[in-house]
Amino acid sequence: MKKAVEIKSLSFSYIDNEVLKNLSFSISEGEFFIIIGPNGSGKTTLMKTIAGILKPKQGKLRIFDRPLKDYTRKDLAKTVALVPQMAGLDFPFTVTELVLMGRSPHLSMLGFEQEKDLEIADKAMTLTGVDHLAHRKIDQLSGGECQRVFIARAICQEPKIILLDEPTASLDLAHQVKVMDLMEKLKKEIGFTVIVVLHDVNLAAMYGSHLLLLNAGIIASLGKPKDVLTRQLLEKTYNCKLLVDESPAGKFPRITLVPGLGGRGLGD
Amino acid sequence: MNLKAPFVLKRIVAVSSLLLLLLLITMLIGISIGSTGNGVKAVLQSLFGGGADSILNTIVWQIRFPRVLLAALVGATLSLGGLVFQALLRNPLAEPYILGISGGSAIGAIIGILAGLSRFPGVSFTAFLGSIATLLLLLIMSSGQSILKKNTLLLSGVMVNAFCGAIIMFLVSMTQDSRLHNIIFWLMGDLSMSDIGQVGILALTLLPCFIILFRYSHSMNLLLMGNEMAQTMGVNIKRVTTILLVVTSFMVSSTVCHCGLLGFVGLVMPHLLRLILGPDHRVLVPACILGGGAYMVICDLLARTFPQQGEMPAGVITAMIGAPLFIYLLKRSKR
Repeated sequence: MKKAVEIKSLSFSYIDNEVLKNLSFSISEGEFFIIIGPNGSGKTTLMKTIAGILKPKQGKLRIFDRPLKDYTRKDLAKTVALVPQMAGLDFPFTVTELVLMGRSPHLSMLGFEQEKDLEIADKAMTLTGVDHLAHRKIDQLSGGECQRVFIARAICQEPKIILLDEPTASLDLAHQVKVMDLMEKLKKEIGFTVIVVLHDVNLAAMYGSHLLLLNAGIIASLGKPKDVLTRQLLEKTYNCKLLVDESPAGKFPRITLVPGLGGRGLGD
Repeated sequence: MNLKAPFVLKRIVAVSSLLLLLLLITMLIGISIGSTGNGVKAVLQSLFGGGADSILNTIVWQIRFPRVLLAALVGATLSLGGLVFQALLRNPLAEPYILGISGGSAIGAIIGILAGLSRFPGVSFTAFLGSIATLLLLLIMSSGQSILKKNTLLLSGVMVNAFCGAIIMFLVSMTQDSRLHNIIFWLMGDLSMSDIGQVGILALTLLPCFIILFRYSHSMNLLLMGNEMAQTMGVNIKRVTTILLVVTSFMVSSTVCHCGLLGFVGLVMPHLLRLILGPDHRVLVPACILGGGAYMVICDLLARTFPQQGEMPAGVITAMIGAPLFIYLLKRSKR
């Protein structure tokens, strides 16, 4: 199996605050790789580093066997696409216009789209189920629709890796499942390597082929969901009382919060 | 999808030809109307040769034509400048002056006027120096990584402008003689001092700026997604931001030194055109150049024909039309 992302002794600091400490791991092509961890554990920083937005202070980062710093911006955009956390947009583009922006790394200087680009955008919108919204303005959409438009935009970049930063954060239950199902489908049908930052450990248990549990910039655990999501490890990492059993919905762990004992009742 | 392949190109051509026509019509009206009341027909004759009236020929070619051309160039530059800064700072309220360009050039111009320099090249040159100096100061203040952070740039600009405002008031309050009138006129924006040679040079300076900015119009679309997203879509943020900032500031500085401070054009025109044409910068860049030019030609025409005697500064008209129009647009777009 080819390695999509390979990270060796990677560190990153914001001024004097070291957020990622000496990380080493790799992500194989075609994995559904989910990064979990408490607030401030470095999840988003790690994601931005893989996306080439943040430059690592130390260590090596290779994307498909090529050092990240050898990529031009355009080359990287053709390999890695990022779906951001829900961002407000003051400028009212239509859904089609926004999805077509994903074609920009493939376009010439002025970015005039050809017939082929329109077809790709069309397909991406059908795939994510937003084709009926093509002419709507982006600021008139609901959170779930908006999320899928941004995923369609990422598909248009024709990348090999799609990064999603907390894609379910502001969605209701149905839309959460919809977005994760969609990513699962894209992984299977197009062969994307999907890397997701998630807060919801239960969603991570359901969809992840591999999980990375970060704690204060260090790998607390890495592996299959059932190996990472153990009660002992999670309680220690999140510092709260939890119950872990097998989910009645399938063969994956279920994590249940216990009210009233958050952050206490653990030391003894 | 019912779009055909080069649909953006088609829109650009359609919008541009329409606005070009509008600009040419307003320019023709602008050239035809003046204190010596001659008809459009006579003016047309002297414009395209064969005008028998040599006095009218002189008026048209030496006075009205350069003035109307200057108005068009100023309107184009300020509108385009507003458009670029709004994209760059991702703030719909940005306009060229927000970065302190006005304050700096005003100080330069006032010093030039106080030193008794001639209007051109003296005062224009000191005004240009003033705006370039504030721009350099601004770039140094927000240099390195932080140039990418829009708030640093915006806040620095607001502060520089406020500081310049204080210096301007100080200089104005120290001045009591006839030069005060010159200063006030400059601060309110004035297109009356135009000479075909200077305007020609200005046009030649601005043309490459327009072309460069059009070349980066698609990058401006991506910039609206935020710097980080634009990067992941293949934009070299640092290069694009620097080019946009330097070219636009240079363009605005070279214009402001000819015309003084003209507010609201840079704010209103990009908004108006965006409301009508949508937010695609590949369409908006040419639209702002042509539409902004037409708006300024009309404003200048009103400024010189409205008063019974003499004329009022064009800045008065741009703000008097611009401010209420802007408030109206703001209320409408909130809905």
